[in-house]
Amino acid sequence: MSQKKVRTVGELQNLRLRLQAAPGRRRLVSLSAASCGRASGALEVARALEAEIRKRGLEETVELRLTGCHGFCQLEPDLVIFPEKIFYPNLSPGMIPRLVEETLVRGRLVPELAFSPGPGQGFYPKLDELPFLRKQVRWLLDRHLTLDPDSLDSYLEQGGFLALEKVLSGLSPVEVINTVLASGLRGRGGAGFPTGLKWRLAREAGGTEKYLICNGDEGDPGAYMDRGLLESNPFSVIEGMLIGGYAVGAGKGFIYIRQEYPLAIERVERALEKTGAAGLMGKNILGTDFSFELELVRGAGAFVSGEETALIASIEGRRAFPRQRPPFPVVRGLWGQPTVINNVETWANVPLVLQNGPAWFSRVGTPGSKGTKIFSLVGKVRYTGLVEVPFGLTLGEVIEEVGGGAEPGRKIKAVQTGGPSGGCVPERYLDHPLDYESLKDIGSMMGSGDMLVMDEENCMVDIARFHLEFTQDESCGRCTPCRIGAKRLLETLRKITEGRGEEEDLELLEELAFDVRDASLCGLGQSAPNPVISTMRYFKDEYIAHVRDKTCPAGVCKALLDYTVDEAQCSACGLCARVCAAGAITGARGQTYRIDPGKCTKCAACYAKCPKKAIARGARKEAAIIGNTGIHTGSAGQEERAAL
Amino acid sequence: MMKNEKNLNDRLESLLASLPAGRGYLILFLHRVQQEFGYLPEEALARAAEYFAISPAEVYGVATFYSAFQMKPGCRHELVVCHGTACHVRGAEAVSAELSRLLGVEPGKEEPGKEVAIHQVNCLGCCALAPVVVVDGEYHGRVTRNSLEKIVEKLAGKK
Repeated sequence: MSQKKVRTVGELQNLRLRLQAAPGRRRLVSLSAASCGRASGALEVARALEAEIRKRGLEETVELRLTGCHGFCQLEPDLVIFPEKIFYPNLSPGMIPRLVEETLVRGRLVPELAFSPGPGQGFYPKLDELPFLRKQVRWLLDRHLTLDPDSLDSYLEQGGFLALEKVLSGLSPVEVINTVLASGLRGRGGAGFPTGLKWRLAREAGGTEKYLICNGDEGDPGAYMDRGLLESNPFSVIEGMLIGGYAVGAGKGFIYIRQEYPLAIERVERALEKTGAAGLMGKNILGTDFSFELELVRGAGAFVSGEETALIASIEGRRAFPRQRPPFPVVRGLWGQPTVINNVETWANVPLVLQNGPAWFSRVGTPGSKGTKIFSLVGKVRYTGLVEVPFGLTLGEVIEEVGGGAEPGRKIKAVQTGGPSGGCVPERYLDHPLDYESLKDIGSMMGSGDMLVMDEENCMVDIARFHLEFTQDESCGRCTPCRIGAKRLLETLRKITEGRGEEEDLELLEELAFDVRDASLCGLGQSAPNPVISTMRYFKDEYIAHVRDKTCPAGVCKALLDYTVDEAQCSACGLCARVCAAGAITGARGQTYRIDPGKCTKCAACYAKCPKKAIARGARKEAAIIGNTGIHTGSAGQEERAAL
Repeated sequence: MMKNEKNLNDRLESLLASLPAGRGYLILFLHRVQQEFGYLPEEALARAAEYFAISPAEVYGVATFYSAFQMKPGCRHELVVCHGTACHVRGAEAVSAELSRLLGVEPGKEEPGKEVAIHQVNCLGCCALAPVVVVDGEYHGRVTRNSLEKIVEKLAGKK
């Protein structure tokens, strides 16, 4: 614990050297224990590890460290043993005694516990050899492997506050801004505005007070990059903001975190306390005349507060209503004063830029988009998780090589970046590079970094409806195009997915989508129609199938489906009838079972339960014929069957 | 009754006393009230209006704008089903329907007299574990029909 205040740059350097030189225990066992790890049982594994380490008398040589997110969400909880970087995924307490005995006591690998892509495909016991890491450049995420997120000492040991030290020992604010400009760092929140330019505008704006804000109101469903960073390395965000405060001439900053992230809030709070206690935040930092305070603000559950002007209103204690821009926050922001708002990931990149220089930073990426970007890769891929890749990698490289491609036996249909504000692009664009401009060219956007992969079992009309449910619900109601337009878009989409759609609806949808986009006040409304526009552009055939043929090709839209029993497969075990809450399934043991389409609520319970996979989920049209004629063909709809 | 009222007022005053000064801390105050009482009692809203020198309508506007605040006391057990995009494509709707079937409670509705409420939220940010259910603050990832049954059994055991 570095309770003692660090008063000068020299003292900070000495402290860091002392920490780095301290004789560490021989082995470090790093266990991923951010929210995802905990939900997968990391704390139980930690208890088992502690007990086993004690039992084997290894306390002196082995240090167990609960770190933040390693990024391998699919493999949680996982651990990495240093210095060899031995990697064990999907741990459970039962595996621990053997793991400790073999690897920590005898120094041997346990191949069966190592990562394997599948039966017969080999084992990967070393972190550096993991196939899904090959294309990644983990500038930010790799630091999570060894960092104790609650320890300032741990951050210092890793070279933390080197950038602040460099800035305060001789760079002028303008030089700092020029460095950030030269690096090409752009806002990671989605809009991609050059960070250095934003800082310069705020510096040059008049005003008595200036403020910084860290936007950690990560509301996009499917996105958790910021949660990962805040839970795993809160100090890097704090250091970035200290540097920003110095450059812009701000005396106060706010870290706004959505309330759905309790662990992130807890860790940032603790990190702020420790930074303050060490004198790295507060008055006359490191003996200079630079003073800076940071305060944590807990959001209260409103997606729109991620919009910068709405976020400002929320910090001011008001409803999170956005307002017209210009004036932009760099001119008139919090309490009417010039304010710089940057995203969590942007702030976390700032120390890297200052410490390593703009040339180092900009050697990675494309001409217009520099550095790396963290994506939350979710949906229908084999390895979901947080991935960090250089700008310019193609969508396909991320999905196939980092994400491991589609789930076995499935085929990728579409990818959505940018969450409910982004577009869905079809599989044929997988060779398209990832950067701010080229995603716009194909009707999507970078967004804050969520990447959702969909396969043939996802209905694109349903996805558009789903996103509109969300944006319509989260619309703050201030401007008419968003309040009413999004509602009408949603109603039309519901009509289509419920089988009541008409061909005119498609025209209406298209016209209205562009009107809402062009006329809404803030980013929420302007981008809300993107899922509709992009799915209509690339998946028009699915809309037509819903409207004209009243079928859902993917087998998702309930109203357009019927469940039937395939008599050839049915073993008459009766499980389906027992699980059916609607009492729609009749039959008797030894005979085959039947589903009454009139009573069926299409909950899919029977479909999931059937051990013989004899329940077929098919287009309603075919089933309707069966219903009308009374002929029960049994195999009807088998071709169109789709899993939950 | 008199004693309870006094108690409530005392608790509100001590929450206000621990607050930094400024209009911006209205939301922080509401958070603390919600944490202390489990919901926002009407008296708290009235007192906030007085303390921050704003109209009761404005306080009410803020309190109802954000989904973190509840105007009525909650249920004994709170189940949260994540309906974020990743959970949606992995069957969140079926999860809600199944929980609703198992518990006999309609999602999104707080029914008086029920011990359990099922809430649906937009995203908990545990997308890689989709579909996700949170039971009284405890996260369950990659839930299936079988694990839902276990969750419900455990909940029944807790009563």
